[in-house]
Amino acid sequence: MITRSPDTSRVGSDEGDADEKAKLLPELVAHLHDNRTDLREEWSKRITESRLLTAMTPQEITSETISVYDNYVEVLETGSVEALQRYARDLSERIIPRGVETHEVVSIVLLLRDVLARSLFEKYQDNFGLLGRVLDAYEPAANRIANTVAVSFVDERERVIRQQQEAIRELSTPVLQVRERLLILPIIGVLDNQRATQLTEQLLHGIRTHRAKVVVIDITGVADVDEPVANHLVKTVDASRLMGAIVIITGLSSEIAQTLVTVGVDLSKMYTIGDLQGGIEEAEKLLGFKVTRSVEN
Amino acid sequence: MAQIGKHRSRGVIIDVAALDVMDSFGSRSLRDLAHASRLRGAETVIVGIQPDVAFAIVQLGMSLDVQTALDLEEGLEFLEQLTTGSLRRRSTLDELAT
Repeated sequence: MITRSPDTSRVGSDEGDADEKAKLLPELVAHLHDNRTDLREEWSKRITESRLLTAMTPQEITSETISVYDNYVEVLETGSVEALQRYARDLSERIIPRGVETHEVVSIVLLLRDVLARSLFEKYQDNFGLLGRVLDAYEPAANRIANTVAVSFVDERERVIRQQQEAIRELSTPVLQVRERLLILPIIGVLDNQRATQLTEQLLHGIRTHRAKVVVIDITGVADVDEPVANHLVKTVDASRLMGAIVIITGLSSEIAQTLVTVGVDLSKMYTIGDLQGGIEEAEKLLGFKVTRSVEN
Repeated sequence: MAQIGKHRSRGVIIDVAALDVMDSFGSRSLRDLAHASRLRGAETVIVGIQPDVAFAIVQLGMSLDVQTALDLEEGLEFLEQLTTGSLRRRSTLDELAT
């Protein structure tokens, strides 16, 4: 009789069973509330033993474990993971910059789950059937919590990564003003389709904000370009001309020059000069600047 | 067109700064207008093309083959240079998408 009841509760279709579950959960929560200090200490001890969270001080671990514990019990009680989600996100925001790893976070939550499960074992060891039902109530909730915390942590991590990617992308195509109405765009690294699109966008907006008349695009640092990118470059030059700016391209490597020729890009409209120095000199000439050495130093 | 004759204009500036989008028909009409103006003796400059519009035009493979300048000021300067200061009357026309 006793051994059969966990089976029916697992099916979860029986109404009386749901009632029992509803009664068991508060009992379970009360138990966790009563033994709060002991269980939490057991948990922190296990965390330290497993050498997790080495990036944090013992005081920090204590204060964080207290709030995680309380949150945990609260979720078991209310069944609502939203508060925990918020807390987990907030916590991740604080601990990610300190180098806490995903596996640490997951292990810690699983440790808490184990500590609590074991205390339940101890409490109900005399009544095996009841223990089974208690675990039935506890396990899904506990797993959901572990899931929520892990997902929140990874989400936060990905958000940080996306933010950094954005920053790198911003930095990768600087538009610099070197003289009045003269812009320089040094491009270094791989020029792929996405970067080329971004380059065009930044260049055209740069022309507008700086009221540029001449733009020097220096691609000395670019090893190779493929056909779509080469065509894109030509379009950029055309679009810049529509905005009233002349584009000078400098630092074409021999490989790129050959690609441009074999690809059959319309080069008649491209204004190219060997190196950046020559490009700037030419641009200065176009703008009417004259650079002279003041006196020998 | 009539204005060019009336004012005996030597130059026309079309300011498209207020345009956020331009389709192929719009740019074609602009080009036709510019070419026709030239036939009547007035050089046309299109000014104030927005970055997005500029890229859209080349993306669609349309060529304006018309003089362009960054803004009104630049356009005026260009026309003045072109007519070597002999420009007396200037006609400014705000062409909106047709």
